[in-house]
Amino acid sequence: MSPFYEDVIIAGFGGQGILFIGKLLAYAVMKEGRNVTWIPSYGPEMRGGTANCTVVVSDEEIGSPVITNPRSLIIMNNPSLEAFEPRLKTGGLLVVNTSLVTLQPKRTDVNIVKVPANEIAIEVGNDKVANMVMLGAYIAKTKIVVKENILEALKKVLGKEKEELFELNKIAFEKGIEIGNM
Amino acid sequence: MGEKVLISGNEAIAEAAVQAGCRFFFGYPITPQNKIPEYMSKRLPQVGGCFVQAESEIAAIYMVFGAAGAGARVMTSSSSPGISLKMEGISYIAGAELPCVIVNVMRGGPGLGGILPSQSDYFQATKGGGHGDYRLLVLAPSTVQEAVDLIMDAFDLADKYRNPVMVLADGYIGQMMEPVEFKKSPPPELPPKNWAITGAKGRPRNLIKTLYLNPVELEKHNLKLQQKYLEMAKNEVRVENYMTEDAEIIIAAYGTTARITKTAIKILREKGINAGLVRPITLFPFPYSTFKEIAEKVDNILVVEMNMGQMLEDVKIGVCGRAEIHFYGRTGGMVPSYDEIAVQAEKIVKEEAI
Amino acid sequence: MLVKVFERPKSMFPVTTHYCPGCGHGIIHRLLAEVIDELGIIERVAGIAPVGCSVLIYNYINCDMYEAAHGRAPAIATGCKRVHPDLIVFTYQGDGDLASIGTAEIIHAAARGENITVLFVNNAIYGMTGGQMAPTTIIGQKTTTSPNGRAPGREGYPVRVAEMLATLEGAAYIARVAVHKPKYIIAAKKALRKAFETQINGLGFSLVEFLSQCPTNWGMSPQKAVDWVEEKMIPCYPLGEFKTPETKKTVEEA
Repeated sequence: MSPFYEDVIIAGFGGQGILFIGKLLAYAVMKEGRNVTWIPSYGPEMRGGTANCTVVVSDEEIGSPVITNPRSLIIMNNPSLEAFEPRLKTGGLLVVNTSLVTLQPKRTDVNIVKVPANEIAIEVGNDKVANMVMLGAYIAKTKIVVKENILEALKKVLGKEKEELFELNKIAFEKGIEIGNM
Repeated sequence: MGEKVLISGNEAIAEAAVQAGCRFFFGYPITPQNKIPEYMSKRLPQVGGCFVQAESEIAAIYMVFGAAGAGARVMTSSSSPGISLKMEGISYIAGAELPCVIVNVMRGGPGLGGILPSQSDYFQATKGGGHGDYRLLVLAPSTVQEAVDLIMDAFDLADKYRNPVMVLADGYIGQMMEPVEFKKSPPPELPPKNWAITGAKGRPRNLIKTLYLNPVELEKHNLKLQQKYLEMAKNEVRVENYMTEDAEIIIAAYGTTARITKTAIKILREKGINAGLVRPITLFPFPYSTFKEIAEKVDNILVVEMNMGQMLEDVKIGVCGRAEIHFYGRTGGMVPSYDEIAVQAEKIVKEEAI
Repeated sequence: MLVKVFERPKSMFPVTTHYCPGCGHGIIHRLLAEVIDELGIIERVAGIAPVGCSVLIYNYINCDMYEAAHGRAPAIATGCKRVHPDLIVFTYQGDGDLASIGTAEIIHAAARGENITVLFVNNAIYGMTGGQMAPTTIIGQKTTTSPNGRAPGREGYPVRVAEMLATLEGAAYIARVAVHKPKYIIAAKKALRKAFETQINGLGFSLVEFLSQCPTNWGMSPQKAVDWVEEKMIPCYPLGEFKTPETKKTVEEA
């Protein structure tokens, strides 16, 4: 069996919690003993513009933390779909937030998971947790980490100050898993 | 094995410094290294240390001069344009033989340049930068873990040689998060800082200076400095040889570029091209002898940098005409991808075959 | 019985200075040494020498010393004082050093309220480099780079450091004194002692600006230089205390 390897680019607008779910994923991967890198796009373009981060997961030493042709994409807005869809590896996974992405994916050689993330988020209480819905769907599809480790990461990142947000995020995340498993 | 924490390069650099006994930090904000001073402003008071946001990079480096001269473990960090401003003070620190650690999280230049990763300060770091005949000991981490390890070593090396040590990172290493373990190794035996400014009680007064109006004395001082740099070259060279044993082509790269190259090597090997990497970890002293040896075994060496060919010159010195040297560089914040590197290497190998 | 009424301060090395006849540095060095002796602090003093004529002050004052780059002494003092808050830290700086190339460093050291003492020697000219215009060169004064006399339309106006720094909340004691006549020298010593006491009591930044003679670069005899301080410099740079710990008000108090 070849050693485990996965990479994913998460992209959307600044303020959608793009970097946040990337960090949760990286944290959970670390908990499971694998190597991981998380790298953001940084600088002024992140303020109100597009934000993206790349997470690389491997059993081996990680070489490049930046990825030309990712195996997976989590896409939260139209500009990100246009930017990253052509770069997705053949046979790769495209998780797309259909609540906000009005463009249709063009690729036919990849697996597409459509998630109405904002609608679900509003249903569970707050449209700010659409990112957690997306993360849930991605993890259900890839089985890259176990659910518990994401929740542990969430608890840690929210800390005492934002403890009250845990339940909402958890529910959104679990809804995402359900969609991913469908 | 200790517990791993997920942490960004900038924060890891700051925490590693604290764990290495750094209690003083003087800096000035500049992207993309702001997390370092921010972290220090919070962390240092917790351990009885002190953070000062200086009025300029120039003032910051002289605060480092003052604190280093007072015998403390002290660090400053900045990014390319800010490091240029610090260069005056770095020359004085080197001349006065004060130990300190300077972090450069490089961004694109010249001038204000950009804020994205770059390696275009290689010359500045390794060949002097400020005025006078001096050298910094320059360490170039390739991962966040290595940044932590090298920062910890940097303080010991600075004290050992009474010399400023520069940790040369780039924007990617600063921004990237990786699981990191803070491994505290037992402190090596270091010379006492009996030269430090502590108040002349029960001893003759101490004087920290760089002015030698008598040329005989100044030459003597310079020869002493050179002797120290030779010692560093003898004792401190660090280099990683990655898959070089069976290599038909060698890629030379450091820092972020080197880890991207590792992915390129994987791609090349899948295509049946045996590529290897020589990764200098110390940029000064430079691993010239590694390149001399490797040049006896391969015909082609490809140097890859995020600049227009700076380490290239040191590789040429090491190789000294024993092999063909090729160069591939991206600059201005553009980062070479592993595909690009693989294409370049493949082209060299195939042209060779014709 | 013979009583010694005048002797070399203990803090001074028994050497002859390199200063020109009539220069004020020697007097100011001596005042510094006397104050250090009287306060009994020599074992916990750290000094920072400037670039300029007085770069070699460390050859005369027997305490731990740094030699700074031009203008950077207040930053070095900051680094030293933050490491050793119990040391008594002073900088000794000329007008080119402090009021030109080191303007940022001195203003921000004062603004931070760094608990250090600054001896600022204002002789209205660059001495070491050969008589060029200083930021404190007065209107009409001829120098090698203002050969026709400093004209506001061409060379701008002199910088009044004491007044400027006294506006900063971090500054606790700011005074301007002169050293061209005995009565002024006595007042200068009092001010310097007060400045050091301000630091010893942890009250914040202190600075004494000394109007000083430079006969060589002013192109006059030492006697003429004394008159020039009295007639030309003091009208431009009035003497006195511009701020004392008693008058110091912080933003919260004001």
